[in-house]
Amino acid sequence: MSAPLVSLRDIVKGYRRGQQVVPVLTGISFDIAAGEFLALMGPSGSGKSTLLNLIAGIDRPDTGELIVAGERIGTLQEAELADWRARHVGFIFQFYNLMPVLSALENVELPLLLKDMSHRERRERGELALSMVGLADRMDHAPSELSGGQQQRVAIARALITDPTLIVADEPTGDLDRESASDVLRLMQRLNDEIGKTIIMVTHDSRAAEYAHAIMHLEKGELSGREAVR
Amino acid sequence: MLPALIFRNAFRHKLRSLLTLLGLTVAILAFGLLSTVVEAWYAGAEGASSARLVVRNSISLVFPLPLTYRQKIRQIDGVRAITTANWFGGIYKEPKNFFPQFAVEASTYLDLYPEFVLSEAEHKDFLHDRQGAVIGEKLAATYGIKLGDTMTLKGTIFPGQWAFVVRGIYRGRDAKTDVSQMFFHWDYLNETMKVRAPRRANTVGVYVVEVADPTRVAEISRVIDGEFGNSYAETLTETEKAFQLGFVSMTEAIVVAIRLVSYLVIFIILAVMANTMAMTVRERTAEYATLKALGFGPPFVMLLIYGESLAIAALGGGIGIALTFPVATAFAKAMGTLFPVFVVSAKTVWLQACCALAVGLISALFPARSAARVNIVDGLRSIG
Amino acid sequence: MPVPLAYSLRNLWTRKLTTALTAGGMALVVFVFAAVLMLDEGLKKTLVDTGEPDNVVVTRRASGTEVQSGVERAAAAIVESLPQVALGEGGARQVSKELVVLISLNKRESDKPANVIIRGVAPMGLTLRPQVKIVAGRMFRPGSNEIVAGRSIAERFAHTGLGESVRFGGREWVVVGIFDAAKSGFDSEIWGDVDQLMPAFRRPVYSSLIFRLNDVSGFAAVQNSIESDQRLTLEAKRERQFYADQSEALSTFIRILGMSLSVIFSIGAVIGAMITMYAAVANRTGEIGTLRALGFRRASILAAFLLESLFLALLGGLLGLFIASFMQLLTISTMNWQSFAELAFRFTLTAAIVAKSLGFALLMGLVGGFFPALRAARLNIVDALRAV
Repeated sequence: MSAPLVSLRDIVKGYRRGQQVVPVLTGISFDIAAGEFLALMGPSGSGKSTLLNLIAGIDRPDTGELIVAGERIGTLQEAELADWRARHVGFIFQFYNLMPVLSALENVELPLLLKDMSHRERRERGELALSMVGLADRMDHAPSELSGGQQQRVAIARALITDPTLIVADEPTGDLDRESASDVLRLMQRLNDEIGKTIIMVTHDSRAAEYAHAIMHLEKGELSGREAVR
Repeated sequence: MLPALIFRNAFRHKLRSLLTLLGLTVAILAFGLLSTVVEAWYAGAEGASSARLVVRNSISLVFPLPLTYRQKIRQIDGVRAITTANWFGGIYKEPKNFFPQFAVEASTYLDLYPEFVLSEAEHKDFLHDRQGAVIGEKLAATYGIKLGDTMTLKGTIFPGQWAFVVRGIYRGRDAKTDVSQMFFHWDYLNETMKVRAPRRANTVGVYVVEVADPTRVAEISRVIDGEFGNSYAETLTETEKAFQLGFVSMTEAIVVAIRLVSYLVIFIILAVMANTMAMTVRERTAEYATLKALGFGPPFVMLLIYGESLAIAALGGGIGIALTFPVATAFAKAMGTLFPVFVVSAKTVWLQACCALAVGLISALFPARSAARVNIVDGLRSIG
Repeated sequence: MPVPLAYSLRNLWTRKLTTALTAGGMALVVFVFAAVLMLDEGLKKTLVDTGEPDNVVVTRRASGTEVQSGVERAAAAIVESLPQVALGEGGARQVSKELVVLISLNKRESDKPANVIIRGVAPMGLTLRPQVKIVAGRMFRPGSNEIVAGRSIAERFAHTGLGESVRFGGREWVVVGIFDAAKSGFDSEIWGDVDQLMPAFRRPVYSSLIFRLNDVSGFAAVQNSIESDQRLTLEAKRERQFYADQSEALSTFIRILGMSLSVIFSIGAVIGAMITMYAAVANRTGEIGTLRALGFRRASILAAFLLESLFLALLGGLLGLFIASFMQLLTISTMNWQSFAELAFRFTLTAAIVAKSLGFALLMGLVGGFFPALRAARLNIVDALRAV
């Protein structure tokens, strides 16, 4: 069996609230295999977003071992971590987090600025990514001219463009109506099925979770077992 | 893409950007004007010669020198030419119409002031008319005086009404030459004073001396003063430049105040800009956090912020500098003959540009630092 | 019902940096505004105080200043014998025939020259100026080469301190006393015996005549006598008026320059306030919607934001005034263009200036805060709530 893409051992993370340190994760251990579509669920404050942030490399654990895409990211320096993220992680946020002053195409091309690429090549890739999410005809629109669902799809195209090792999504449908939500989730499912993208999604919506392969519950800093969906 | 990000962000909030630009433009414009005023203050001294000496009574300018000194000074080794001048201080129509008026030794004065350019014909007319006067072209333009017109001055130092006929209008050879002066015959002054107040006749305000070798000015000055030491009217001889600078230094307090105030306006706009940048950056915390999540490092984020601040500063500064020229011209017109030279110098423009640059850099300093340091997780959570 | 005051104040406190920077910009503008007013006030005080209400100064007609004036002995005698001239102890006429000239002295630290007034006075000269008091040493002895120097001169000019001597007119003159003239123009003068100074400067005529009226209301009559007398070419002014006129050009210049600068600078500060308040409104759109939904009227919202802007301005105004008040420790000296002589004066803070400065600050706050406050008041409740 090949090595897991993500491997956590005894991960502990707490947050400082004034004088106190509030424990959020108190010794999490589990693996995620390449190609999985995993949903993380739990009540608010359970630490599911915290866990996602650790795996995505935008936060560091207090103690424990964290290996993602073959790298011990728990001990990397800021700059190295940034480079690592650029190469390995694609982000999908609840509020899309697009740059308001850039067009859809420019937003999608943004991560490519970190790579050595000609202007023309960047543009080609960007158009390709946008057509993959079905928005090629909207590439010169500003985010304010797109609906919520369309903005999220642009964000997905942005997440894809560097061909990352894994995609993390934090409440991707939290701000969408039912129809746009299912569009987005279906797209994510396709990416996972057809291209084999590993996706880790945090959500509180059980209907959204059903698009994943498996669901894990996080409660009071402890993980329940895997619950297969499909 | 980076320039696109910077410029579009700079003008994202149209109203805010417009207001900031307006503030910068006004500040840089004000700074430029005040700098020009300070330079105009020194302009007289700037244009003064270092090869001409001014000999005055050592007590103060208020005391005259006897006419008999002329011969003695002329004979001193190194003196090439000499002329005399008396400050007249008359009022032309209204006290606020201030311009320099001198009663001079007509036959020699223009020889010592080659920068006053007068046509041969006008020079001749002036010499032949004892009541004649020569005025600078700026004076002629400001008060609409033409050749042949009569100018009447009300004397303050030399009492009574004095009428002169304009026989010549001189131009300036250099850009910095004062073309707002008036001079007339000392003989006319003297003859009239012999009748009105005989005690005050045959006196001279200052002697203006031209030296053959400019490197010997200090030495010759000492010789001249030594000649009249311990006499009834001791003299003080200095270069014309030093003489003019002496006047400027008497009103130095005002000049210093104006200089300080010109930098104060830059500080005011710095506070405004710094505030604008701080607010703007705070509102976009989530965006900077997103960029960092995507893998862009702190330098990139800082570059965005500095770029935005500098873009606004450059634009506002550029407009401010461009406007300085027409506003200075209008200002000079309004001032009339008060400032003989009122020109925006390259140095002023350079200072304006530096100030704009400094404002752009400094106001971005702290916001850029805090944005670069933003913790990604906290930043993503912030709503601004 | 009005939005509570605490709402406006608390919001300023929450955004400390923004409040500090915006108020700071305003403070600088108010500082300039107040400083100019203080300078003008100081100048006025110096010059107007240089004068008793019942003293009259007589100079040659149209001469403008004492330095440029000349009064012949005969003419002086005529004026001296006018009936309106007050009589003092023992029937002595309260008249001082004086010589006023400028001498060029070097400043102590910078060694730069300036023109200083030397006034030759008669013994009555001191009596006619009750505000002048010897504070160190003693008054000069008549008939000697002794002189006394005003405080301002002794401090700042070389060779003019107590015991030092100045050379002019071929003689050494010893400073035997320092006088304080209660911050009037005389502080910038050196006094000596007129009968000694006149020959030293080779001046056979006086510069001016100062006398006290025996009746303050007699001025018009004596002025008429002097100015209509065919033998005299003199003019008479009340002492206060005389010195006030002498500084008019300088005073006007300071006022105009200062006010123009204040207005220009205020544009910058007002822009700063506008940017801050617009941002405040934008950031608190949700709050505004909530307040409106709770029942607060548009006018209350307008008032709340306007008040916030006014508080900012008040803060800036107080800070600016505070800094400006320290200027009172400075003494400015410059050449008065009209008299050609060195004049020292200070910044003077009055209650009127405090009021005007705060008023100016509040005006800036009003102008800067009005349109943003209007925008806040005009927000549609539903849109505002949705922005949360």
